[in-house]
Amino acid sequence: MPTISIDQAKVEYDVIIVGSGAGGGQMAYTLTLAGLKCCMLEAGRSYDPGSETPMFNRPDQAPLGGASTPDKDMGFWDATVDGGWEVPDEPYTQGSTDKNEQFTWWRARMMGGRTNHWGRISLRNGPYDFKPYSYDGLGFDWPISYEDVAPYYDKVEMLIGVHGTNEGMENTPDSPPGVLLPPPKARIGDLVTQKAGKKVGVPVVSIHRAVLTKRLDADTIPAKLHPGNKWAQDIVAKSMRARAACFWATPCGRGCSIKATYQSTTVHLPPALETGNLDIISNAHAREVMVGADGKATGVLFIDKTTGREERVKGKAVVLAASSGETVRILLNSKSNQFPDGIANRSGKVGKYIMDTVAMGLKGQIPALENLPAHNEDGTGGAHVYSPWWAYEAQRKGKLSFARGYHVEVPNTRSMPGGNSPVSMSYLRGLHGTKLKEAARRYYGSFISLASRGEMIPNEHCYAEIDPVVKDKWGVPVVRWHWKWTDNELNMVMHAQQTFAEMIEAMGGTVTSKLATSGYDLIRPGGNVKHEVGGARMGDNPADSVCNHRSQTWDVKNLFLCDASSFTSNPDKNPTLTIMALSWRCADYIIEESAKGNI
Amino acid sequence: MHTEQQPNRISRREVLKWFATAAAAAQLGATGLLGQESGALPQGYGSDPKVAGIYKPGDFWPLTLDRGQHRLVTFLADLILPEDQYGPAASALRVPDFVDEWVSAPYPRQQSDRKKILPGLVRMNELSQKQHGKDFADLSVRQGTSLLDEIVGNGSNSVQLKQAGDFLHDFTSLCLGAYYGTPAGWKAIGYVGNTPMASFDGPPQAVLDLVGVVQTVK
Repeated sequence: MPTISIDQAKVEYDVIIVGSGAGGGQMAYTLTLAGLKCCMLEAGRSYDPGSETPMFNRPDQAPLGGASTPDKDMGFWDATVDGGWEVPDEPYTQGSTDKNEQFTWWRARMMGGRTNHWGRISLRNGPYDFKPYSYDGLGFDWPISYEDVAPYYDKVEMLIGVHGTNEGMENTPDSPPGVLLPPPKARIGDLVTQKAGKKVGVPVVSIHRAVLTKRLDADTIPAKLHPGNKWAQDIVAKSMRARAACFWATPCGRGCSIKATYQSTTVHLPPALETGNLDIISNAHAREVMVGADGKATGVLFIDKTTGREERVKGKAVVLAASSGETVRILLNSKSNQFPDGIANRSGKVGKYIMDTVAMGLKGQIPALENLPAHNEDGTGGAHVYSPWWAYEAQRKGKLSFARGYHVEVPNTRSMPGGNSPVSMSYLRGLHGTKLKEAARRYYGSFISLASRGEMIPNEHCYAEIDPVVKDKWGVPVVRWHWKWTDNELNMVMHAQQTFAEMIEAMGGTVTSKLATSGYDLIRPGGNVKHEVGGARMGDNPADSVCNHRSQTWDVKNLFLCDASSFTSNPDKNPTLTIMALSWRCADYIIEESAKGNI
Repeated sequence: MHTEQQPNRISRREVLKWFATAAAAAQLGATGLLGQESGALPQGYGSDPKVAGIYKPGDFWPLTLDRGQHRLVTFLADLILPEDQYGPAASALRVPDFVDEWVSAPYPRQQSDRKKILPGLVRMNELSQKQHGKDFADLSVRQGTSLLDEIVGNGSNSVQLKQAGDFLHDFTSLCLGAYYGTPAGWKAIGYVGNTPMASFDGPPQAVLDLVGVVQTVK
């Protein structure tokens, strides 16, 4: 991915974009195709999925069989570069020594950010999700409705390519006809789960993921995305034609060299660069948003990590899309006489109401899946089916001990073995020789791990602030996290455990672990799903929110927040699709205002 | 990345120096190391290795098992995963080198495993000496298998056998991770994949019939 040095930067850009992931990538794509000159700052190095992706590498070709290590938390082939739970030279701190009140922060320091390794799960928020307070009296309403965002969901899905089906389920929006790509066939574990789900009342349907199950229609989609802009249509069509359809091999988390899945580096940035309107500076560690005497943002001050020097880029507008935690950090570190508590923080809400996804998992061993004939189940390299939240009616009748819902993710049961034992060792204890091989073959593929992904209600105990003492290698003050689950989340994971145990039993299987008696023993730590959202929420009132419905900060009219920091709630639906939809929506506003001379 | 055929090995003296340094680091913390000679401490592959590369044990950190340990690991791995109708023996798939790479790795999980695996190897020799008057790797296949049967069959009858049983459990897990990460291992266990296809048709009808389900995605 081509980059420039600060010496090559223009004197002033229309827009400075901090971050190159889902939000920053979408922003750069939309603005540059509309003719705006943009400079993107990426804290990590450049990255080329075409040459750097380990598409067919085997465990016997990787150190430790590809097993995870502190250097590569999600395994050797995970696409994340220079990132993980700990980033060298870039610490963060905790407000508590209680492990239940600590936050784990995943960062990716690379071009494209987390979009290179993400799960590709692309779910729309539903109507209830934008008005959660109105629905059940908890949390806060967004200042926008599903209808405001739906046209952007349509456009993002057409651009990135999302497979799936329309099921007409409550609060699980359908896409317009012709938008979704065909769903992949269900795997054997999917079908067993689906059959069991029917017995216990849990629907299992095709999941929506950003994987091309067939090539995008480059002849018609660009005109729908950019009506009246033939130049943009041609660039987008060329970019779409450079993407191949999935060839049903290699896990998506490694990245995708054939561009069959959405990554910012394969979908957003190539056409944005093709316009000639985008300059990218890599290894640019943003420290603060600069502000002029008129109270408007004038650009971004960053540390060039290759030289250690402070540098500045100027723009008529600034977009922060650095990830929720990093955007909060930049806002709070941007102190001036006008903004002594950090830029755009007159409400005092910057850093507040951080949320993550509520998650747990349960594994079952299913005799019906033992000793199956060998067959290929690689599929799309991720989940093929899932269960959208199904119990709205039970909740309305007061039958559940928690609010909001969770969806269920069903992984492949016959994924590529290697690195670790492909069968739980408790099933092989004491075996050796041919009996061991026979047992391994018998049990391989017979384990199903169901995973819940649920909604957290925002609470005042979950927030990020600037540590008063600790700074990173470049002297930038770091984030200190505060975290606390409430009974809502703890009860939710206990419900998921009970549901999964019933499903495994309905499969004729056995749960492989002792059931937990406390939600704390089940729930994954805060931040562990890598869905940290909030911290600069949007709202109707400048007194209790940081930005308005356009992702525009109340206090600084030319400063926009286009990652998940602006999220008012965190529905069970994975955040990436909504980040892109809101970023595109915000970009349209910036284009309008720019045309009027207001930016 | 090294390109030579033989894995990168180091001397036993160097190994002892390394792990003495690592132990000191664990006790003193990082600052306690500053005044010491820590230059020989092995490094991991870092946060930005070339992940698309093809590697073999020894490419990132030297292997540390000595000749006797490696010989024992090879003999034991082949008893656990012998050549048979399902596939080749463990040693033919470089399982012993994987075990060596694992226990030589500078990461906490692997260093913890090293503390279980290396004493386990010593224990196997002690049991072998006690029963047959020779080291484990010098036993016949029949004698070695018989000893494994005794360990797993009577593991709770003595502390020594129980410890050996726990070691075998951990060692077998390592061997399985290596063995089934190879094309021959995939064939042995029934994994098919890692190859591009024009379409994905889902499980074959024979599999659907066996399990008693129907394909629901049209």
